[in-house]
Formats: sequence, structure tokens, C-alpha cells
Amino acid sequence: MPLIEFTDKGLYCRTGQFYIDPWKPVDKAIITHAHSDHARPGSKSYLCHTQCEPLLRLRLGDNRYQTVEWEESVLINGVAVSLHPAGHMIGSSQVRVECNGEVWVISGDYKIEDDGLSGKFEPVRCNTFVTESTFGLPVYNWKPQHEIFQNIKDWVCKNKEAGKTSVFIAYSLGKAQRLLQCLPETGLPIFVHGAIWNAHEAITRSGFPLPAVNRVSYDTPKESYLGNIVIAPSGAEASPWIKKFVPYAVGICSGWMQVRGNVRRRNADAGFALSDHADWKGLLQAIKETGAQKVFVTHGFQSVLARYLNETGIEAAEVKTEFGNEIEENSEAIAKEQEQTNNQ
Amino acid sequence: MRLFADLVSTLGTSTKTNEKLQALSDYFATSNDKDKVWVIAIFSGRRPKRVVNSTQLWTWCNELAKLPDWLFEESYHVVGDLAETIALLLPEAANTNASFPLHHYLETLISIEKENEMVRKNFILDSWNSMTQTERFVFNKLITGNFRIGVSQKTMVNALSKTVQLDASVIAHRISGNWDPAATSFESLLSEHAVSADYSKPYPFYLAYALEEDVHSLGAPDEWQAEWKWDGIRGQIIKRNDELFVWSRGEELMTEKFPEYHNLKDHLPDGLVLDGEIIPSQGGRPLPFSLLQTRIGRKNITKKQLQETPITFFAYDLLEYEGNDMREKSLADRRELLENIVNEAKHPALLLSPVITFSTWEELTALREKSREMGSEGIMLKRKNSAYQVGRKRGDWWKWKIDPLVIDAVMIYAQKGHGRRSNLYTDYTFAVRDGENLVSFAKAYSGLTDKEFAQVDQFVKRNSLEKFGPVRTVKPELVFEIAFEGIAASNRHKSGVALRFPRINRWRQDKTVAEINTLEDLKKMLEIYGK
Ligand SMILES: [Zn+2]
Ligand SMILES: [Zn+2]
Repeated sequence: MPLIEFTDKGLYCRTGQFYIDPWKPVDKAIITHAHSDHARPGSKSYLCHTQCEPLLRLRLGDNRYQTVEWEESVLINGVAVSLHPAGHMIGSSQVRVECNGEVWVISGDYKIEDDGLSGKFEPVRCNTFVTESTFGLPVYNWKPQHEIFQNIKDWVCKNKEAGKTSVFIAYSLGKAQRLLQCLPETGLPIFVHGAIWNAHEAITRSGFPLPAVNRVSYDTPKESYLGNIVIAPSGAEASPWIKKFVPYAVGICSGWMQVRGNVRRRNADAGFALSDHADWKGLLQAIKETGAQKVFVTHGFQSVLARYLNETGIEAAEVKTEFGNEIEENSEAIAKEQEQTNNQ
Repeated sequence: MRLFADLVSTLGTSTKTNEKLQALSDYFATSNDKDKVWVIAIFSGRRPKRVVNSTQLWTWCNELAKLPDWLFEESYHVVGDLAETIALLLPEAANTNASFPLHHYLETLISIEKENEMVRKNFILDSWNSMTQTERFVFNKLITGNFRIGVSQKTMVNALSKTVQLDASVIAHRISGNWDPAATSFESLLSEHAVSADYSKPYPFYLAYALEEDVHSLGAPDEWQAEWKWDGIRGQIIKRNDELFVWSRGEELMTEKFPEYHNLKDHLPDGLVLDGEIIPSQGGRPLPFSLLQTRIGRKNITKKQLQETPITFFAYDLLEYEGNDMREKSLADRRELLENIVNEAKHPALLLSPVITFSTWEELTALREKSREMGSEGIMLKRKNSAYQVGRKRGDWWKWKIDPLVIDAVMIYAQKGHGRRSNLYTDYTFAVRDGENLVSFAKAYSGLTDKEFAQVDQFVKRNSLEKFGPVRTVKPELVFEIAFEGIAASNRHKSGVALRFPRINRWRQDKTVAEINTLEDLKKMLEIYGK
């Protein structure tokens, strides 16, 4: 019996009797990070990183939460469990599981570059590595963050000159906070959609410092947006909500924007390939550094990455999971915000 | 190359004509003259010859990127564009600040056409090694020759007009016809002298807007000339210096493509330019456009084809006569001369596009209803005292098309599209109801916005019932209004009918599958319009 099994509820450790990022309710869930495809409601207890807890609370409400720091080992039914920075978003972790000298690491979502916000990804030596593969194709090669930030700021200035509001489309958890690292440097006021506002509040309340933002609300005069900055979750660009910012330009921040067709298909004025996942080289580097003898690939381009690993001498297999459906949560959030604005 | 790559990026992302115009005129104001000539050439459809093929490009890319072929293919499948896939896969260049101006690359490409593969490969590799990712993308696009920038020739001409302070119509004329970008300087291209030197040059076409107002708004009927609107290829026949040229509106030389035109030269006076429609016809009656398509691009034409689908020219205007530009004369005057010329020519391929006689708008409205019977798509209205203008202009010429036939149908199959839509389900098959069953009757792949295609694509992916190769059977739920131009009986189709130009008119999100049209409705249409 392997230490971790792939079951219909998710990744399961039979000896420790816990699941990692289960997609159905279980007794004990260890959560890598607060994105909706990894953190689902209904479990009896949750274990996560200290910084992840306020976000889980925001998304899943009150539950039994147990928090740990990175590298802090907890013993669960004789299995040693510890969390290690994954660099994906605030409080995101890899899960290291050890029993009788055998070590598994479950990556969750991760990126290699230190974004100055999420903690620096740390390679953890193991026998078996379960890796994500969201951008597991060699066409995905990220530019360094500072370069993308410069492009973003230049774009804002260009819009300002043309008398337009810059509307950024970014995940409310993760990407939106990353944008706040560079946008204040433009000196312009920043407005955020309600979904991002809620995340912002939860993060700052927990003591994590973030720059100040304003919530887009029905009583904000339209003129106050003009030439300034708005951040909204994915999907907002296609909803009537965005009309209040006319004239505006839409910039989508996502690794998918690496491919031109995606920028066009989503009718964006600009695409910024700012990703919270590892690019192709990042995945290969991370996998190598774990020293794992066996790699399971989930979440994205499983078959491509697994085949490539096998061909380059690393034993790998693909695993089907339910990770990778971030968008649905957002469309709900947007619908809610729309309704609220209409009612007011 | 940097300036040009930036231009292409801006044009590719901006959705507004004004922004595109600005980007182009900025480019024309800052770039060097030789590059400008090439940009005019590229944006008016004059592509450099392919000297390297796609297979060579990706083989060399893989050598540099050290990737297995299958991984390249996976990447291409996701990106959907070869030039872009290569730009994304190439390892970073040694020096991304070392690229040459645009014309250097295009002219070198021409110069190595006859060199061996090593020379060509070295040129491509050296070029890649001095370029940024965007430059590489644009460079690859130029080499592979499928360069669609999303900017019309008209916009380019307007931008140029803004920069060089010349009338757009003058520029349109000067850059038309036959010229070689490598051997033409910016000054000579735009100088007066150049036009007279190249005697094959057509005039810019005058294009009509669709009439959307009530026809009565045009004023007195006797001020207007009415003609049938033909569904062929707009063209000009030019005879100068005892040579004949036939140009299409897309500025393609068609003289050699249709043997019907070959001896026309001996029947026409010199110094002549006619405007009209390239269209197959039999006994003065036009044949469907689909038959014209069977002739386009065919080099070897059989006797049978010449007999069954003879290509003719329906002349409707005279632009040059005895070497004089006639465009400022009134339509009435031009028409009179035109009728004389065509009648005297007595050539089976040269016909007059007839004038429709009518005295009231009511009468013309009734005649318009017969457009389909005449093999036309409606009526053209031209002011009798109007000059022949340049480009699409309102006021003196209107096209008054008949409404397309429409039918509400449900989507039952979907297939992935091509090119930039290769990742989306964009090709659909539609069905009408026949009692309890659904009967497929048409395929269509155009008429939706990118956003709608994306939505339908999502639906297809979530509601597939079966897969047959690339085709998915889809839950019959989405209703669309299908428009078409004609209907004919057909025993090749299950429904018993074949449609002409079926396309998606709009997505009827307000209708359910219970409300779509029936096979009975289609058969009624066949009875009325199927002659
Ligand atoms: Zn995530
Ligand atoms: Zn995820």
C-alpha cells in the first residue's frame, strides 16, 4: 500500500487517516492553499498554514482550523506532516508526508520565482513528488516579475494619457495582491471589485500589510475612476458591471496571456503573462531538486509533462484530479456583485 | 525590425480603427523610407515569396530548443499558430538589441531565394539570434507568408495620407497596380510620375454603402439609375499601350486566369478602363457564385468547364476613355459612352449590366422582390449626375440588397475551427424539426462574435453526447437564426434542400428547441424561391 493513494475524494494517507486538498467532505483535510479548487467546504477539520487560515475562513466560514508554521512537524496517527512554502499565493504550502523513512511531497500549486509576498518556494527532498502542471508546456516561459511590473506600469501611464481607466482582470486571491506591489508606484488611486475587497480585508485583518485600496461601490462618482486603476476578478470583463468605467482599457493578468490568441479571444486590450504557477523550466527545475525517484503529475498538462519526464529518465505517471477549476468561484462572485449593484 | 514589430503588436491588440490609424501614421512618421515602402507593400497584400517552408522553420527551431518533435506538436496544437509557437519555443537570443531594419530582412530573403539550404538556414538562425520574442513572431509571420494584421488597406492609405499630406484617393491610386517594393523608393512610389509609368494600374474602386433608410429618402426617382446588384468579383478591364489587364478589387491580376478574356483586347479601343463584375453567365443570365468558385485558382480548364461556366464581364462604368480620366464626368455621360463601346465590341465575354427602368419607388420596390429570379442580390442605386469617387462613400451610390432568407434551427454537431480558432468549436451543423426527429440541413461557421464563439465552445465541451473523429454530437439546445441567399432541391442532403451561403445571423438565446422551424417550412421556401 503506497503512503498516499489517489481516491475519488482526493489524495489520501491511509496510515495517517487524512486527505490533502480533498474535493469531497472528509474528517481531516490538509489544505495547501485557499483557492477554490483546493479548499472545499464540508470537512470536519482543516489543517493549514497560519497565513492561509483567514482566507480559508473567508471562503469556507467557521470550521475547526488547526494552523502550523512552515517546517513545523506535526504527528498525525504516526505520520509526520509538515508544510513548506510553495510561493503560489499568501499562505500557500507544499505538504511533506513522512512515514517509516518514506517521504512524499505534494506540491499543491507552486511557482519558483519569489514574488515578495507568498514566501519563497523551497525544494523539499523526497522519494515521491506529486506535482502540478498547469503550465506544463515549453511555450510557457515567464519573464521576471520586475519586467512584467514595468510593462504594467507603462500601460497604466499610456491609458492615463489617453484618458482611459485601466481595468485589470486578476484572481481575487493571489494575483490581485501581487498587482498591489507595483500599482501604487504609479501614484494613482486604486479601486477594487467587492470580491477582491473581501480578500483584501481578510488579509490585512490578519496583520499582513497591503497597500490601501478603495472599494468600487454604487455611490462612487463615475469621474473618480477616470484615468485611474480598477482591479476586478476574471469574468468581470464580460459582465455589465464593467460599463461604469467607460472609457476603459482591459488588461488581463494570467499566464494564459502568454499566447496571443487568448488575449484576442477574451477581447482584452492587453495581456500580461503574470502567473502564480511555475513555467515549464520552473517545473523541471523543481522536480529535479526534489530528487524524487517517482513523480505523479496532476492539474494541467499531465500527459505532456509525464511523457517528457519519462523520456528524460525520471519515472512519472499522470493522475487525474479535480484541481484547476478556479473560474467558477469567480463567476459566482461577479454575479453576486452585479446583483448587489442592481439592488442598490 | 523593432519598430515594425511594435506596430504589428499595437495593431493586433487595438480594436478601434482610430487607434490603428494613429499607430500607422506614427510609424510612417518615424520609420525609414525603405521600410515604409515594404510596409505599404505588405499591408496591400504584396508578400515576399516564401524561401523557407514551415517544416524547415520548425526543424531548425527544435534543434535550437532541443525539444522532441512531439512536444513541438503539442505546443503548436495549444498555440494554434506556427510563427508564434516558434517564437515562444526558441531559446532567448544572445543579443536582443541587434536587429536590423525591416527591409534588410525582406531584401535578404529575396536575395537568398536561389541559395542552398545552409545559406538560408544560417540567415534564419542569425536573424532569430538578434531578435526579441515579438520581433521573432513578426519575422516568422513574414516568412511563412500568412500575415493577417487586422488592418484594412483603406486604414493604411488614410494613415499614409495623414503623414505625407496627400489625398487618400491619390495615394490609393499610386500604390495600386504592379510594383516591386525592393526596386521602388518611397518618393517614386508616391510621385505623379510613377502612375503614368505603370500603365497597368487600375483606379481605386468606388464602393457603395448599404441603404438602410427608406428608399423614398433618396428624393426624386428620375435622378437615379438602378441596376441589378451582381454577386461576382468586382473588377476593372484596362486596355493601355495595346495591352489588356483585368484586375479584381482585391488587386489581383486576373487577365491570365480566364481565357475568355484573352482576345478581348482586339475588340476594344486603346486608353480604356471599364468597371464591372467578373461573373459566369449563360445567355445573359448570371450563374451562381459557387460556379465561379469552381473556376478560380484553376490553371487547367477543361472544354466542358468553358462551356458550362463561361466567365463574362458585366460592365457598368467607364473610368477612362481615349486615355482621359472620365471619373469627374457624370454617370449619365459615362453610361452613354459605355453602351456604345460595349455594343461596338461585340464580344461574347463583354456584356452590359442592364439599367432597370422604373418611374416610382413603389415600382422599383416591387421589381426588387424579383432580384433572386434575376440571379442578383438586390439593386444598386446610383445618382445620375454623380462623379466616380474613391473608396466607400455615402450619398451617390447605394446597394439595396434583398433581405436574406432566414430560418431558426438547432445546433446538433460541432467541429473545431482552423487557424486562430483551432482550439474552439466553431464549425456547426444545424437541424430543423421533422415531427419528433431533427433533420440536419446546413453547416455554418461564421456570424458569431469571438465572445459568442467562446460561449458556444464552452457549451459544446460540456454537452457532448458522442465523438466521431473531430466531430462532436451536441445536446440539441442552442437555437440560431440561419440566414441564406438561396435554396435549391438536392438529393445529396438528407433534408432534400441545399442552401446558398448559409451563415449564422444571430444566436436566438430567447428561443428553445421546441420553437425552431420545421422541414415543412424549408420545403415551402423551396417551392417559393427554389427556381
Ligand atoms: Zn491555486
Ligand atoms: Zn489549483
